[in-house]
Amino acid sequence: MSMKKKTICSLIALLIGVVFLVCVNRMTAPTYILRSVLQMGAIYALVAVSMNLLNGFTGLFSLGQAGFMAIGAYAFAIFTIPLESRANVYYLYGMHEAIANVQLPIFAALLLAGVVAALLAFLFGIPVLRLKSDYFAIATLGLAEIIRIIIGSALMNRITNGSLGLKSIPSFPSIFGVIPGFYFPFLISAVCIAIIVLLIRSSYGRAFKAIREDEIAAEAMGINLAKHKRMAFVISSFFAGISGALLAMFLGAITSTTFNIAMTYYILLIVVIGGMGSVTGSVISAFLVIASKEWWLRFLDTELYIGSFQVPLLKNGFRMVVFSVVLMLVVLFFRKGIMGNREFSWEGFFGLFKRKQKKKTGGEQIG
Amino acid sequence: MNTTTFLQYCLAGISIGGIYAMIAIGYTMVYGILRLINFAHGDIFMMAAYFMIFAMVDFALPWYVSLALVAIATVLLGVFIEKIAYKPLRSAPRMSIMISAIGVSYLLQNLATYLFSALPKGYPQIPFLMTNINLGGISTSVVTFITPILTIIFVVLLMQLINHTKIGMAMRAVSKDFETSQLMGIKINRIISITFVIGCFLAAVGSVLYFTPRPSVYPMAGSLPGLKCFIAAVFGGIGSIPGAVLGGFLIGLCETFIKAAGYSEFSDVFTFLILIVMLLFKPTGLFGEKIAEKV
Repeated sequence: MSMKKKTICSLIALLIGVVFLVCVNRMTAPTYILRSVLQMGAIYALVAVSMNLLNGFTGLFSLGQAGFMAIGAYAFAIFTIPLESRANVYYLYGMHEAIANVQLPIFAALLLAGVVAALLAFLFGIPVLRLKSDYFAIATLGLAEIIRIIIGSALMNRITNGSLGLKSIPSFPSIFGVIPGFYFPFLISAVCIAIIVLLIRSSYGRAFKAIREDEIAAEAMGINLAKHKRMAFVISSFFAGISGALLAMFLGAITSTTFNIAMTYYILLIVVIGGMGSVTGSVISAFLVIASKEWWLRFLDTELYIGSFQVPLLKNGFRMVVFSVVLMLVVLFFRKGIMGNREFSWEGFFGLFKRKQKKKTGGEQIG
Repeated sequence: MNTTTFLQYCLAGISIGGIYAMIAIGYTMVYGILRLINFAHGDIFMMAAYFMIFAMVDFALPWYVSLALVAIATVLLGVFIEKIAYKPLRSAPRMSIMISAIGVSYLLQNLATYLFSALPKGYPQIPFLMTNINLGGISTSVVTFITPILTIIFVVLLMQLINHTKIGMAMRAVSKDFETSQLMGIKINRIISITFVIGCFLAAVGSVLYFTPRPSVYPMAGSLPGLKCFIAAVFGGIGSIPGAVLGGFLIGLCETFIKAAGYSEFSDVFTFLILIVMLLFKPTGLFGEKIAEKV
């Protein structure tokens, strides 16, 4: 397939996507579930891709993503809650004088969220990145917990509002007053993911992959292990921070328990289902997993009666059981996930149909 | 702080440390043999607590029968998990098997939420364990007192098993070199099952001792103690049983004194800091063996 044809295909796909979003925005009621599913999907796609950059591309098994999201969400929320509602939010402890009157524009706060998360990642990275595989995993898990506990502790009452959490966080703003707020998470996620993709395609990205395949060989080829690992960790945390800020905007209210270990596991589930080492896989899987969790599989949580017969198993919590079973099945039987470590390509996409057709004709010949 | 209060805290710390030690042994043995952080171990510990509620509250069995049933059920659960979730991935990359362990942990938590609801459930009281005794001015409950003793007894028995029996020798061989021991005619799957049996049995005992003085159980109750015990195992040098025991006692003591000093919010932060500092300065832990990486 020629380059030109591929570009046309991609443009058409992009157009379809945009038209779809516009349709959703114009034609559905503001409370319709598809809207929030899509927005949440975009946010989780970003954090999944950022986790994938670390776990799938650099081979550093990190379980600290939720911690950096928490940092981003809080950094964003603290500086964007409107001044007039601050007294209401911090009604119990009051807000620290140094930040009580500081309010940042949304874009600046969004950037700040990423920068603070990246800065912390840089500091934590100095000790933690020296660890190998499972030790690294457990240390990052520990870091995420430390961050969460400190954010929610009484020590931070006047900054993070302690265990009460923050509310009145502004929702998605319209962009330059032209594009409605509905599109905000999609735009930010798309830009961030595009930056990550560019990074992966650059020489740095190739170095990351070399580290993933074999650290010792990569070092022998002249790749500076410490530098590249630190870079992957910091960049991944930067985008995790931004997605945390987006999530804060989406939810409108956060507490430190929002970002618990289960959240990291949930992001990991998205990454694993999408395929470790595939950006498109993570994006597809984020939308699929969110849609099934928040929408398609909702019925699993409600008791259902047909006549007087109660359908067995269906009750509150069953949905999450189904989810964890799916994760186990993927890990055990489809270890590569949806995409493996390949990326989406038009050849592959059209090849899918061709192969199916071939199989069909092949079957007929035998029959 | 006078001497009596100090001793009281010491006893409480040693007691919780003993429980941590028992669970840490499960982590360290599995890691020693499979090179796998069994993330599900903390949740197996939590399930053991629910089994106890089942046996004593729902079926109203006497406590000694319940104890035996809980031990058996927990061991079966552990071995079942190993067969289903870890065995098929024996030749898979390390990352896959770790994700599988996380998946099991996630599954057990969600399953517990589904079956028993997320609300805390009252843990049955074993009257004999909750009686107060007075030891030279320190008043405490029987369970606090017998926990460290039980821990020591189990550890001594376990060390005997590992150092002086044929099964123990096989275990040591498997943890030294997986493939060679297989060539020497050791049935690896049996040894791994036995490891899980021992680990889960100790988790069941630890669970009873841990939850007896606590009012309730909830589905996430196992995840934090589980992590702490893993840290204890890392601290002592993963793969080493005396190390895990020492790590367990140390973390239990530190935690109790931090709580006593009024910083209970930060006791977990401190535990994780111990882990990170330990990994930095002595990644192999107190008694761990140094393993050179082969190119």
